[in-house]
Amino acid sequence: MDKFAKLSGIAAPLPAINIDTDKIIPARFLKTIKRTGLGKNLFNDWKLNADGTERADFALNEPAYKKAEILVVGENFGCGSSREHAPWALTDAGIKCVIGTSFADIFFNNSFKNGLLLIKLAPTDVEKLMEDAKGGHNARITVDLEQQEIVRPNGAVIRFDIEPFRKKCLTEGLDDIALSLKQAPAIDAFEGRDRLSRPWLYS
Amino acid sequence: MAKPRTLFDKIWDNHVIETQADGTCLIYIDRHLVHEVTSPQAFEGLRLAGRKVRRPDATLAVADHNIPTTDRAGGISDEESRIQVETLEKNCTDFQVPYLPVLDVRQGIVHIIGPEQGLTQPGMTIVCGDSHTSTHGAVGALAFGIGTSEVEHVLATQTLIQRPAKNMRVTVSGTLAKGVGAKDVILAIIGKIGTAGGTGHVIEYAGDVVRNLSMEGRMTVCNMSIEAGARAGLVAPDEATFEYLKGRPMAPKGAAWEQAIAFWKTLPSDPGARYDTELTLAAGDIAPLVTWGTSPQDVLPITANVPNPADEADPGKRQSMQRSIDYMGLTPGMALNQVKVDTVFIGSCTNGRIEDMRQAAAVAKGRRVAAHVRALVVPGSGLVKVQAEEEGLDRVFLEAGFEWREPGCSMCLAMNEDKLKPGERSASTSNRNFEGRQGPGGRTHLVSPAMAAAAAIRGTLADVRELLS
Repeated sequence: MDKFAKLSGIAAPLPAINIDTDKIIPARFLKTIKRTGLGKNLFNDWKLNADGTERADFALNEPAYKKAEILVVGENFGCGSSREHAPWALTDAGIKCVIGTSFADIFFNNSFKNGLLLIKLAPTDVEKLMEDAKGGHNARITVDLEQQEIVRPNGAVIRFDIEPFRKKCLTEGLDDIALSLKQAPAIDAFEGRDRLSRPWLYS
Repeated sequence: MAKPRTLFDKIWDNHVIETQADGTCLIYIDRHLVHEVTSPQAFEGLRLAGRKVRRPDATLAVADHNIPTTDRAGGISDEESRIQVETLEKNCTDFQVPYLPVLDVRQGIVHIIGPEQGLTQPGMTIVCGDSHTSTHGAVGALAFGIGTSEVEHVLATQTLIQRPAKNMRVTVSGTLAKGVGAKDVILAIIGKIGTAGGTGHVIEYAGDVVRNLSMEGRMTVCNMSIEAGARAGLVAPDEATFEYLKGRPMAPKGAAWEQAIAFWKTLPSDPGARYDTELTLAAGDIAPLVTWGTSPQDVLPITANVPNPADEADPGKRQSMQRSIDYMGLTPGMALNQVKVDTVFIGSCTNGRIEDMRQAAAVAKGRRVAAHVRALVVPGSGLVKVQAEEEGLDRVFLEAGFEWREPGCSMCLAMNEDKLKPGERSASTSNRNFEGRQGPGGRTHLVSPAMAAAAAIRGTLADVRELLS
């Protein structure tokens, strides 16, 4: 996984609530055996008309947001299915950070496994950033993971919280499977004890 | 005296291998279910890193999401679907993971076959790269959906890095009215707490209504925990659970069975255990329900009318409501039981079990599907199909004009040929009514199996109570 460095980029506003993973990447695009190439279908049915032309009412279709790297979103973003194709599609399309009041649990986990930083803030802070994100070419904000700070276009700073383990994994680009494999002696010991207390699970 | 613990606390504590300073835990995973859509990239990851599957014996794979539900003897014609299924088969061979082939009678939707085979047992941790893994909580297992990176993590280590969830208890008391079933109970709960109401929590379902539900009904309730935003759903194991599991192929046998039961009986929450969030519902307040919008929380009794966004005070919610009503092609104020449907889908991991087939067949028996309606019945597994056929349910459906299909996820998420055309409307026993979920532009109303059968007969969303004698 790539290390998450300090990010300064255009933020796009997606204020709708309950943006589900089917909306992020519809199921018919999951028939792939690769992790890559999903960006072109990000928000497919929201982005495009049935005839394949771009919908005028979708923020990411506006020229100012074509290279957006940050999304400011409505509550409960990423609800629905467990498909990791949702963060894969977001990162493949160049999104590195999503800011909102709340995220669905599985989507939250999946995003961090792919170097996609999700930031939970109080509604009043998200409202400020949502207004900033509506500024088109001026919607440039800075996300400093090390300092846990967001710098708004006007220079004002918003602090954010992140669990220390998630922060470490992002900033160091850690492979958490390798980390867990280092725990093999503890896993072996667990299985040894469990085999005695629940032997029917090991026959 | 030890602090009273919930069912969730006990299962969690039993599986913690290590806890970090910030509360992040390494937990052991007892069983891992694998399917064709969310696993190829995980196996590819193992190959690239030269890693093995730690416990193939604790893993079971099956193809369900994108396989056809018509005759499969000739193979899968859709190339992408075929490649995904062939990739799963190759991965299972290469990594020695047990696999139930498409033509095996035990094949079916991953969340139907786990309990059916007795793989799903109380007190276990069970994961699968699918959000409806919460289904398995019906036997008192901590079961939750994971993404593909976590699938790879479990394959390689038989563990996950997780933080403990909060405890929520939902108690449903009283007696369910005629025509009201498990699906209505969970839709009522989601309608009450919303699709983010359970975020960060594991929901334990309690109360005499839940206690009196069949195991199939408990699975329906736990299945849709994710639609309430919860990580998992749980029902404490009891005699009904043990009765259900006894004699199933992967359940313990002989002395091991007695030993397992003794352990399982220690699992229910202790008296006085603390819940972070509590909710109580009166069964008598629950009517047969239907969704009107594009979120599972958009629930109303079938006797109600389409809501009016103008009545919603919050501007964000008003806008979202208007968008849903526009997408669904409805008019505020119109009676829900007048809304015409084109398609009826009975199946999915929510409602593809034998009891669901029976409930739908009881309504369909001796009646005809409305002339303009296409009605599909898709059993959740080959074994559900065989049992239904032994009971003559297939004849009931076929004589009424329903199609009787092969098992799979089918029109729940429209990854195979079974999908709605743009603008088409369904009454569906599945779990999500998101925009495009059953096909681009398709419109979904979530209902119980009995309500779906009623809609097929009437040709509109319909009140099943009018069809029950």
